[in-house]
Amino acid sequence: MKKTIPFLAIEGRSSGYYMLLAILATFILASLGAFYYMEHHGHYVTGMSNQIVWGMPHVFAVFLIVAASGILNVASISSAFNKKAYKPLARLSALAAVALLAGGLMILVLDLGRPERLVIAMTYYNLKSIFAWNMLLYNGFFAIVIVYLWTMMQRNLGKYTRVAGTAAFLWRLALTTGTGSIFGFLVARQGYDAAIMAPMFVIMSFSFGLAIYILVLMASYNWTERPLGDAIFNRLKNLLGVFVAAVLYFVAVYHLTNLYEAQHHDFEMFILRDGGIYTQLFWLGQVLIGGVIPLIIFYTPALAKSRGLVGFGALLVILGGLAQVYGIIIGGQAFPMTIFPGKEVIETTFADGAIASYVPTLAETLLGLGGFAVALFLIAFCVKIMQFLPASLADKDVDPHYKAS
Amino acid sequence: MTQPVNNKETTTDIYRRQFLGKTAAAAGLALAPGMILTEVAHARSADQPASDKNRWGLLINTNKCGTGCTACVSACQTENGWGEINKSEPHSKASQKAVWIRKVKLKDKLTGHVQSLPLMCQHCEHPPCVDVCPTGASMKRKDGIVLVDKHICIGCRYCMMACPYKARSFIHEALENQKVHAPRGKGTVESCTMCVHRVDTDGTPACVEACNAEGHQAMYFGDLKDSNSAISVELRNNGGQQLRQDLALNTGVRYQGL
Amino acid sequence: MLSHKTIISTLLSVLLLLPVFAQAGDLMPVVPKAKAKANPDTLCIRDVKDMRKNHMKYILHKRDKTLREGVRTKQDSLAECISCHISKNDKGEYASFGDSKHFCSSCHNFAAVNIDCFDCHNDKPTAASKTGSTIK
Ligand code: SF4
Ligand code: SF4
Repeated sequence: MKKTIPFLAIEGRSSGYYMLLAILATFILASLGAFYYMEHHGHYVTGMSNQIVWGMPHVFAVFLIVAASGILNVASISSAFNKKAYKPLARLSALAAVALLAGGLMILVLDLGRPERLVIAMTYYNLKSIFAWNMLLYNGFFAIVIVYLWTMMQRNLGKYTRVAGTAAFLWRLALTTGTGSIFGFLVARQGYDAAIMAPMFVIMSFSFGLAIYILVLMASYNWTERPLGDAIFNRLKNLLGVFVAAVLYFVAVYHLTNLYEAQHHDFEMFILRDGGIYTQLFWLGQVLIGGVIPLIIFYTPALAKSRGLVGFGALLVILGGLAQVYGIIIGGQAFPMTIFPGKEVIETTFADGAIASYVPTLAETLLGLGGFAVALFLIAFCVKIMQFLPASLADKDVDPHYKAS
Repeated sequence: MTQPVNNKETTTDIYRRQFLGKTAAAAGLALAPGMILTEVAHARSADQPASDKNRWGLLINTNKCGTGCTACVSACQTENGWGEINKSEPHSKASQKAVWIRKVKLKDKLTGHVQSLPLMCQHCEHPPCVDVCPTGASMKRKDGIVLVDKHICIGCRYCMMACPYKARSFIHEALENQKVHAPRGKGTVESCTMCVHRVDTDGTPACVEACNAEGHQAMYFGDLKDSNSAISVELRNNGGQQLRQDLALNTGVRYQGL
Repeated sequence: MLSHKTIISTLLSVLLLLPVFAQAGDLMPVVPKAKAKANPDTLCIRDVKDMRKNHMKYILHKRDKTLREGVRTKQDSLAECISCHISKNDKGEYASFGDSKHFCSSCHNFAAVNIDCFDCHNDKPTAASKTGSTIK
């Protein structure tokens, strides 16, 4: 008989645990304060404008939503693809997916010009709008993942886990494609006018989601002093390496195709060479910090031995991911739209033909960080009240045949 | 190049309109050239809804548009209550203030030819703003005028991301003293309405009126579906271009001399 | 003829109830009178009771008619409500929305029902609404 690892709620009575909750709660309160400040005065207190209409809140929100669908990947591998080794990891993965999505959506809603009209957003649907479709996708995602979690946690429902897991897997592919399409539909903006946008978002989601997952797993096992063996850890680390490399590959294809098309040439020069902050974010943030350095860490055996370094690598993937989303959202807007091909704008009262500047304020940044805090708070809270985490992920418990390499 | 605008109608429709149009044109043509700017045949009583028998459009002749002249912009501000002269958004930074119509000066990269033109919502037949709007607040009337229904706009600004002409503005602070016929307010998006309140009472948009009053006569307003309207005649005779024609939005605003 | 008993008891009950009425006077909203009576029978464009209960439905219906279809009749137009029901504050200026002298606020403050009409709409009549901006 194969023995199964029991799931146990964490004790959650240490001062460290309460400290963590308190810190996260502080961030949440700060973001609610920022929300109140922005709504009370109006968006003039932010750096967003009629040139840069989506700013920092959207960077965080899109990042979290994309990561939410990606973090479910771990559960999908276990249920949809029936990989036994990932089974113990599935519950946390589904929980984190719901939590990250909640955090991301909270930011989006609190940034609306009229957040009190959320009911309208729920009752008036323009079915042609990809944005409206996304709202349906998000709500459906919550529902499906919660059902999926339920089948995992309720003993007698285990036989449905596979079905629910597969449904969740398909749904989240649709969800990320949908999120990517939000930009894909903006054909007039050069930075977004690419078919590769949607698959690129899917692979970005794998990478960002797994990076967050690894960090959450490391933190919860370290702080609760439960064993986390190399069998699981190295698997996840190697998988993240593959995803990070895949993102780099997609980014390269995206920019190379753009370079090939004459009408996107200017935009490429902007991102790759002349764009100031956007160029730096691309090369230093996205490529170096978010791609090359983590890959070196993950694949150099001497470095990859250190858990701390691998965790650091995962953190870099997250930072690089934020830089990437920032570049897509803000950079894509900062670059001027071509309204008059072949002409140069020499005078305008509305910054036509000019690169728009954007300086985020503290308020909108706090609002964005609040989304992260909400997600982490939900995870930290739920692992205490319910049984999400396996008591042990030591090698002998996960895979009796595992041999340390 | 202009796109055919009345290809979906029955022949009787066209016949009837041509007949009506001819009478109207006969009345109009008696005036001096440049004065046939008022549409006569489109009176509609207040209780009748706008209909798809009309498609309102603007034609802008960039050669006649005065460099440095901003009469259309000021007229729009006065009419609709936005902009500096109304001090309607004192807290907002320049890049955050509403702009319904703006003057743009262009220089051809090859020939060096300089021209100036007003730019506003192009009232697309296939408006991207309407397609993306999650709530249906961005909407197109049957007669082709694109509006924001601020009652259900949630201020997500997706329409602003989608508009190829940056024609829309978000209101970044609370407003007061709006014009009764042009409600606008914090947290919602707005853009040129083609002076819909005037159009509904058979009038001409304020910008066109101001341009004529300045003596430039660079703008025509009229019904693109009426082949005898001044705007259709002018388009037929001298052509007119859409901005970003490659996007195939079939804009209601056309330009000459680009 | 009414009996003395009846008269006395009526008077007594009225006297007893007076404090209650006086209280009610403070509690009930003081709704400013309309400037013109659109219809002498109904005292408004429709029966007052109907308007109190259903005005939001009427103006909501009209808002869609006007904005989406371009029907600009006076019936149920918010601007018409305002120009007839506007009243002055103590300083002799038109009362703003929020001020209990403003027709809409007089009730909405009392009932604590929030409305966002005047975030966008002008809460006072302006010259433009009288003459209209029609160019024939
Ligand atoms: S110009 Fe822009 S705002 Fe106007 S209809 Fe077209 S997409 Fe919409
Ligand atoms: S800002 Fe308003 S009009 Fe624009 S897309 Fe969002 S809800 Fe629609």
